[in-house]
Amino acid sequence: MYEAGDLKKGLKIEIDGEPYILTDFEFVKPGKGQALYKCRLKNLITGVQFDRTYRSGDRFTPANLDEQQMEFLYKEGDTYCFMNTSTYEQVFMDADRVGDAKNFLTNNLVVTVTLFQGKPMAVSLPIFVELKVIKADPGVKGDTATGATKPVTLETGYVIQVPLFIEEGETLRIDTRTGQYVSRVK
Amino acid sequence: MDDLERLAAKKENLRKRDLLHRVVRAFFFEHDFLEVATPQKSRWLLPEEHIDSFAAEDGYLLPSPELHMKSLLAAGFERIFQISPRHRKGERGSRHLPEFTLLEWYRANADYRALMSDCEKLFLALQARFGDSLHYQGTRIDLAPPWQRLRVREAFRRFASWDPWLEPDPDRFEWDFAEKVIPALAGSRPVFLVDFPELAASLARLKVDEAGTAERFELYVGGLELANGFSELTDPVEQRRRFERANRRRASLGKGPIEMPRPFLDRLSRMPPSAGVALGMDRLSMLFTNSSHIEEVVAFGPDE
Repeated sequence: MYEAGDLKKGLKIEIDGEPYILTDFEFVKPGKGQALYKCRLKNLITGVQFDRTYRSGDRFTPANLDEQQMEFLYKEGDTYCFMNTSTYEQVFMDADRVGDAKNFLTNNLVVTVTLFQGKPMAVSLPIFVELKVIKADPGVKGDTATGATKPVTLETGYVIQVPLFIEEGETLRIDTRTGQYVSRVK
Repeated sequence: MDDLERLAAKKENLRKRDLLHRVVRAFFFEHDFLEVATPQKSRWLLPEEHIDSFAAEDGYLLPSPELHMKSLLAAGFERIFQISPRHRKGERGSRHLPEFTLLEWYRANADYRALMSDCEKLFLALQARFGDSLHYQGTRIDLAPPWQRLRVREAFRRFASWDPWLEPDPDRFEWDFAEKVIPALAGSRPVFLVDFPELAASLARLKVDEAGTAERFELYVGGLELANGFSELTDPVEQRRRFERANRRRASLGKGPIEMPRPFLDRLSRMPPSAGVALGMDRLSMLFTNSSHIEEVVAFGPDE
């Protein structure tokens, strides 16, 4: 257990069965009164943030979180299968938990899976991934206006806006933080 | 930045801090105060609910010079001040250091009103040396006296919508004080919060004409809590009761009791009516250097 005096930015604690990280922390102790610990907490699963003030005497359960390098193996229906790259242990996550990451998952991609009490909770992708274009309409000839784009479909089924010169069969570099096109991969 | 570059970057703040110390000393010398030095370490502490001290061999590092300075008053010293490093366990944040610098001054035959007037004059002296325009965290601070004396009861009615005199709940009082009252005081003018409920007075004298109200004040400038002062309680019987109450509250918080400071209680009956105040020199330095974090105004933080 942590005590209020242990609270600091970056600490991970469990509240109502869910893991939280302290993203902001301030110690206050006005007017000879008791010490108060003002915290901003972020839910590590949903990303939802909220503020809460604790006092000395409050106790906290450390969030039992574990990050593991895992390879994406396959998808069956709505279930995604990942495998720990060192223990070969497999875990399964449903599409809701995988979230937007599913737009960028290709077989054998190595990702970071966050486990809470041994259960997979979230997938963090590498910042850049490379994906193949499986469907692209030809760009309109002569239209070279700066910033002109067209939609193409990637191998994961994800549709993305790209410059007009991109053709079917090409491999693109995508920024997974923004979900946007970065460059062509030669 | 490496360690020495970090230190070098604090040069301007530390220069201003040094100037503050000089002005403060000159102010008290000019007003005929005697500068005293009292122990850092003692086997006796004044029992307080929310102040914890570091154990040091056969005693403690004192969290304030109050115990000894009041003994000097009892011995006939009339106007005394001290600037000294003090220690409080577990206090660490943007406005707290476990080792900090405290200015305390005491006047015999005076009450808390004289101390508030001292505060106003001291800030005028500081302003005269630091120039007219004081800005703290984006707000221009107007130091011209007189400053507002806002009664705690009024502040609670206005900002927390309840009356601690009608519902004396120390826990709720402290909570709302931190969460609702203090945040409302961060204006462009200094404010004295005055007349605290008896539950928030460990060593202050009660008013004769107003039940359950202690002659205690706190000074807020730019939202920073700078000073805490009061008319001193000189009744050893009542003081012992307050210390016992503090120890009962400590027990309810799971903290150990503090031994009754018998020599202090013995001297208290010989103390004249007096008033004393503590002002945080680090906080004062934050205000005059426009620093948001206390470690910007000390050369070395606790980790350095």
